[in-house]
Amino acid sequence: MREVFIYDHVRTPRGRGRPDGSLHEIPAIELVTQLLESIRDRNGLDTALLDDVVIGCAQPVGEQGGVLARGAVINAKYAQSVAAQQLHRFCASGLEAVNNVAAQIGTGMASAGIGGGVESMSRVLMGYDSGAWVADPAVALENYYTPQGIGADIIATLEGYSREDVDRYAVESQRRAAASWDAGAFERSIVPVKDVMGEVILDHDEYRRPATTLESLSGLRAAFPGFADMGFSRVVKERYPQIEEINHVHTGGNSSGIVDGSGIVMLGDAEFGKAAGLKPRARIKGWASIGSEPTIMLTAPAAVARKALKNVGMSKDDIDLYELNEAFASVVLRFMDHMDVGHDKTNVAGGAIALGHPLGATGAMILGTVLDELERRDLNTAMTLLCAGNGLGTATIIERV
Amino acid sequence: MSESAKSETMRHIKLEKGADGVAILTLDNADESMNVVSAEWLDDMNAAIADLRDDESVSGVIIASGKKAFMAGADLKLMVEGYETLSRQDAYGFSQKATAMHRALETMGKPVACAMNGLALGGGFELALACHYRVLVDDPRAVVGLPEVNLGLLPGSGGTQRLPRLVGRKKGLDLLLSGRSVAPKEALDLGIVDEIAEVDQLVERARQWLATNPAAERIWDVKGYAIPEMRGMIVPEIAMDYSINVAKVAGKHGYNYPAPAAILSCVFEGLQLPMDKALSVESKYFAKLLTDPVARNIIRTTFISKQAAEKGARRPAGITKSEVKKLGVLGAGMMGAGIALVAAKAGIDVVLIDRDTATAGKGKCYSEKVFGKEVQRGKMTQDKADATLARITPTDDFALLDGCDLVVEAVFEDMGIKAETTQKAEAVLPESATFATNTSTLPISELAKASKRPEQYIGLHFFSPVDRMGLVEVIMGAQTSDKTLAKSLDFIAQIRKTPIVVNDAQGFYTSRVFRMFIFEGAAMLEDGVEPARIENAAKAAGFPIGPLALLDEVTIDLPAKILKDAEGKQGNLYTIERGGKVLDRMLELGRGSRKAGGGFYEYAEDGSKRLWTGLAEEFPTSEEQPDQDELKKRFLYAQANETAQCLEEGVLETAQDADLGAILGWGFPVWTGGTLSYIDTVGIAEFVSEASRLAESYGSRFAPSSWLQQRAAAETTFYPPIKAG
Repeated sequence: MREVFIYDHVRTPRGRGRPDGSLHEIPAIELVTQLLESIRDRNGLDTALLDDVVIGCAQPVGEQGGVLARGAVINAKYAQSVAAQQLHRFCASGLEAVNNVAAQIGTGMASAGIGGGVESMSRVLMGYDSGAWVADPAVALENYYTPQGIGADIIATLEGYSREDVDRYAVESQRRAAASWDAGAFERSIVPVKDVMGEVILDHDEYRRPATTLESLSGLRAAFPGFADMGFSRVVKERYPQIEEINHVHTGGNSSGIVDGSGIVMLGDAEFGKAAGLKPRARIKGWASIGSEPTIMLTAPAAVARKALKNVGMSKDDIDLYELNEAFASVVLRFMDHMDVGHDKTNVAGGAIALGHPLGATGAMILGTVLDELERRDLNTAMTLLCAGNGLGTATIIERV
Repeated sequence: MSESAKSETMRHIKLEKGADGVAILTLDNADESMNVVSAEWLDDMNAAIADLRDDESVSGVIIASGKKAFMAGADLKLMVEGYETLSRQDAYGFSQKATAMHRALETMGKPVACAMNGLALGGGFELALACHYRVLVDDPRAVVGLPEVNLGLLPGSGGTQRLPRLVGRKKGLDLLLSGRSVAPKEALDLGIVDEIAEVDQLVERARQWLATNPAAERIWDVKGYAIPEMRGMIVPEIAMDYSINVAKVAGKHGYNYPAPAAILSCVFEGLQLPMDKALSVESKYFAKLLTDPVARNIIRTTFISKQAAEKGARRPAGITKSEVKKLGVLGAGMMGAGIALVAAKAGIDVVLIDRDTATAGKGKCYSEKVFGKEVQRGKMTQDKADATLARITPTDDFALLDGCDLVVEAVFEDMGIKAETTQKAEAVLPESATFATNTSTLPISELAKASKRPEQYIGLHFFSPVDRMGLVEVIMGAQTSDKTLAKSLDFIAQIRKTPIVVNDAQGFYTSRVFRMFIFEGAAMLEDGVEPARIENAAKAAGFPIGPLALLDEVTIDLPAKILKDAEGKQGNLYTIERGGKVLDRMLELGRGSRKAGGGFYEYAEDGSKRLWTGLAEEFPTSEEQPDQDELKKRFLYAQANETAQCLEEGVLETAQDADLGAILGWGFPVWTGGTLSYIDTVGIAEFVSEASRLAESYGSRFAPSSWLQQRAAAETTFYPPIKAG
């Protein structure tokens, strides 16, 4: 593979993904448009040098459908020759978009491009992109579909994570996110979002609750027993007959937050850097995607990490920082246990439990976050990974140049 | 052929054309007391529809019934034969033939109203749904609905399409998935009928509707017809609702019943399609179900065999029908109290005897409580409850047994006590009286030794709670006469229960095979299987409750005592091969039942329960755990193999008795059709080979006898194959 470099990345702040969220009035395409404008302007980029813009999205319907990426390319006044595509790998879409662009460059079929993701969860609600796997009776029943939150609770049940274990993890995520904001760790990557009048409408991650304590979390009610009682617990026990009762430990406080946001990463070969007068910040070492058991649907991270390491000939200790999307606390706990990777190396800047998880955007956002952390800590290598719907998982390994 | 000649050839319907342009089509089956769907009837309907369509003097049609009911569904015998005799294409054609008739009716261009004078179920209600207007008699017995899901089928003549199009997806799915039938008032509220009226007003109301010159077009045939469901998953709320319905189906039925899932698919897929394509998809799903053994199994056992048993399939011929007017019940414990209740409800006078009148009175109180609840729910009037209760006389005086036609003895399960009670009763009873013992395990022929009239002595094994369990296991002692059997079956018919007839042997049939279920659970625990896996496998196989939970309910003491009693006895078959250590240890630990404060489970004050955490220490689990399928097989095979042995030994005489007993007696999964039906479903050769493998791995209880092996070699099934054509 030809060398593929990361030249820059930006993201929007995350707005609460509800009608009272600051970004609720901003259409999804506008989030991407403003990022495309920003990355162009701050790098003085001649956009004609780009071959493709790939934007991932986990709910690519309605305003997020119709190859939003191409609409955003036109809307941001990029050169019309820049191609665009939509990509859907559920929650891993944003990271997969980066990998897709890397593959195009790596094979020599493209010189540069932008990969990223977007999700306005307040505008295109979860479930709008339902799909046969969740709603077609002939498919969903046969394949033991259960809602993702139950999958997280199954992990906790099988691995023996208590409510306190997951809450403790969540408190630490909040603490790290607060420390990151206090230290200005996100300053370089965040592009404040502007409204119709051009006024800044949001310049910070507004979902956070820095005052969170174990005690405040302990009062929250489990989020998923209702689904289980509808009949999904029977589905689970058919698949996992060792489970007597699901231990419902996940709440709104130890699961990823529902937010709006977007993130993009600019990639290119060495020639692109020269032509654009840009210095690469890191190289893409390699990546992998994998499928895992679809009823839990959240156990891919450890498996995909091993696969990605194997793809690039590295071992787990060669990785300085791991950035695993905090879909649910149990997902990260399981990953650390199964990989024997310490919390000190994992999600060092805080994660989606504190900051929020704009589904299809998160992969690109946290790839940027971990690159910033490598630079801040003067470390070299990082792996970004996410679990995704129906058992999927994707990982990308980067190395500073 | 002239039109009149056409009408003359119709055997099951009558057609009268009025001068006012209204034709009355009366359903009146020539051969049966009920109007049923049959090929002949469909031909008649098609001829009539063509006639009505082409006759310009006819402007509207009323469909009525010449029977007490409007119309029932298809002949179940036909349905039960589908699995063996029809290809999927045949079954599809069968469904499409009826569908085409309904479609022709609703598209012939003339308004059709139906005047339902009685119940309309299944195919009968599908006919009503294909009419443009429905009037139903205002009589609570005139229920309407589509119960096909309970047969393992779906309504295959448009029911899954017309119902949700008529009343909406949610109401439609509720009716289709529950299979419940509704009384006229609810039917009107739901919108599945348009009007309710007195019986003599039905045709008039239909005529009045026709007089309004209604459109003869269904809403779904009107151009531009669009419901949100047509857009499938594009409407997120609808997609999510299907997702939840999938969970509900899984939660309620598990994975052994294809019908509810097929109904859900029919509605989901069908509502996205134009009517004719939708009806075709429905027929395809119907064909899949009709040619699947599960529908065959459910219908054969729970309808055909059950009805036959209730109508006297096992009643010896040539014996005059008898009636019990006065019943003696000895022992007013749970069983005695329940038997008194069901007898009183059937209009029988009951003498309920116990050691003192107060104790006997407690037995009567049970009826009072149950009737009280029924009155509260509006299922019984207070007068009726009072009158029924008055039929039960609690006493300690055996002299009151004078004049009893039948006595059911339900005292403590002890040979001595039972013998003494028998003698005390027989001292007073008329010579003609039948004496029945309600025992679940004690040998009838032994007990009969205490009787002066052993030929009039019989076992009637009721199940607990008697007022809710439909089965009675009739046990013939060595000397029990045919006349006694006939009289006992007449009594069981009187109290509206379902009998099976078996011969005397340790544990009879139901207790003997049921024990294989709970003992297999104990064996698995001894084998190192994780307890949750044991319970989940049983439930996944279709048992209503896991064996460990069940042991907690029935108490370990009982099976343990039976095992002790059986020790060293000759010809004893009531042993336990594996799992006995588990039972003993639990008793040692004082964890013999829920009543004892906890057994395999711990019980919280709020009524919830969790497996006792100490189990892991007492019965260490193996590193490697078996597949769920293997555990399911162990439960099903252990019981099926034991049942086959009962048939071989002559304890059982028919496969129907075996299967009814299994399903109604101890909750053997309905999808199997029963223990022997299960062997036929698996295939007897496959069963024998798999049972041999299980025997090698787990013990001789699985080993197929040489008798069974010979049957397998000769391919002799338990139910004779149906000859096609």
